[in-house]
Amino acid sequence: MEFKEKFIEKILLLIAFSSISILALIAFFIFGEGLPLIWKIGPKAFLFGERWVPSQGSFGILPMIVGSFWVTFGALLLGIPLGLACAIFLCEWTPPWAGMILRSAIQVLAGIPSVIYGFWGLVVLVPLVRNYLGGPGLSILSGSLILSIMILPTIISISEDSLKALPPSYKAGALALGATHWETIWRVLVPAARSGIVASIILGMGRALGETMAMIMILGNAVKMPSSFLDSARTLTTNIGIEMGYATGDHRQALFATGVILFLIIMFLNALAIVLSRRRVG
Amino acid sequence: MPTDNDKNIQEIRKKIALNKLRDHLFWIIGLLSTLIGFVLLFTLIIDLFIDGFPRLGWQFFTSYPSRFPEKAGILSAWVGTILVMIVTAATAVPLGIAAGIYLEEYGKKNWLTHLIEINMNNLAGVPSIVYGLLALGLFVYFLKFGESILTGGLTLGLLILPMVVIATRESIRAIPNSIREASYALGATKWQTIKDHVLPYSFGGILTGVIIGLSRAIGETAPIITVGALTFIAFLPSSLITSEFPFLSFKWLMDPFTVMPIQMFNWISRPQTAFHINAAAAGIVLLLMTLFMNGFAIYLRYRFRKRIKW
Repeated sequence: MEFKEKFIEKILLLIAFSSISILALIAFFIFGEGLPLIWKIGPKAFLFGERWVPSQGSFGILPMIVGSFWVTFGALLLGIPLGLACAIFLCEWTPPWAGMILRSAIQVLAGIPSVIYGFWGLVVLVPLVRNYLGGPGLSILSGSLILSIMILPTIISISEDSLKALPPSYKAGALALGATHWETIWRVLVPAARSGIVASIILGMGRALGETMAMIMILGNAVKMPSSFLDSARTLTTNIGIEMGYATGDHRQALFATGVILFLIIMFLNALAIVLSRRRVG
Repeated sequence: MPTDNDKNIQEIRKKIALNKLRDHLFWIIGLLSTLIGFVLLFTLIIDLFIDGFPRLGWQFFTSYPSRFPEKAGILSAWVGTILVMIVTAATAVPLGIAAGIYLEEYGKKNWLTHLIEINMNNLAGVPSIVYGLLALGLFVYFLKFGESILTGGLTLGLLILPMVVIATRESIRAIPNSIREASYALGATKWQTIKDHVLPYSFGGILTGVIIGLSRAIGETAPIITVGALTFIAFLPSSLITSEFPFLSFKWLMDPFTVMPIQMFNWISRPQTAFHINAAAAGIVLLLMTLFMNGFAIYLRYRFRKRIKW
């Protein structure tokens, strides 16, 4: 009996440990494939090079880094106010039955595959942008619009959780002092929940940076430094997704190296979100 | 003659009216931004149905992809999706539940469990394409599984593993300690307590997490494209059942495959609009699959929450 108990515990420990070693595996394999190339051409040339022409052996990913951040920035510009307003509305003004329906719908929104978002963006959004704003339509603007919808569930659910976790005395106190409902929300509740809200934004940012399929379909995938929101662009993720199918040799390693950069950015954002959501408001 | 007092009262009334207006205004803004998401959700679904619904039919489900849009179908795609999901579930479910049990029930608060905890949260945030790179390095180059169903299923299994672990932990944590103490008091060992009490009571939550994880895996495309499965597949994997002993064959694990989202992406990338109609139709099937799974998970969650009263 004693032996069986110990045995089961050890097996479970082994499984738990192997599940987390995925992170180590990811690091091992993508760093192992990608780092040699980064050293070969130099980190500076790789990160700040503006030319990506694999056939001539020039691998500079600055256009992709800039593209990724433009698209993500655009998505946040729309997604943050929309998501925050939605979270506040759900938390403060919605009766329980409606909240249940809305929350389920948000979950559905989160579960829609990105190819479907991409398809919708391609057949609905891209022609709209092309006809009314000009340019190729396959643009950062279209990509940002789609991404802002895709990150909404992340921002809404985590912000709402952190608003809900506040002690009820905050709200009661503010109202008792004569603050209006709006003042209570904006001056007391939102600032008190800000660490969770910021964490939700950072996680949404990570989600936007990591999105691949929808961006392949909508962004146009041109490798150049974007100069306006109507330009077509390529992100770190789409660079890997488009070219990995046929890449060999240095080219393949360069794509793994692109993955290394993406991985590091995401790890940094995750760490930031963890630190922020740990911090408690006094 | 209005006195100072009257003026003050008037000003206060104005202020109150302004405050009320602001409250209402924000209520409207909140309602509108909440509605935007749902309006978009509905236009997305309706648009997809208008484009693709006429294409849905028996022929569409029983035909292989083809050069001719009106003859093409999703047979190899939906069969591939089901087979890949079997492998995914077989990897992620046992591993995820076991890891979740260890972390909640056995793990002491030390640096190791702390490390595991941080890593779990990190893993859930890693973009799917990075999992694709891992799979390419590990399963394709290192273990030489090729661009097979096994590779695809394992990749998606790793991808949803953190979701299963997190769901398991959350539903185990929701079980009050008094249940465990009662079980120990009756002389049960730790494992007996877990097997006979903790797991059965947290079953609903774990199942919900597993279904949501699988519904996410069904729609994932990027990691599968990265391992190189973006190919034209006009045949089915080898059969699961054979006529000779032992009647089960695992040869299909090593067969090349395609899945629903890849088939859809394939059709979207074609210039002819006739293929876009096929893509919309495949999108409807894919969407219904995920909506059904999500709906089932939501239903399960509310049902189990209602039934169990501590």
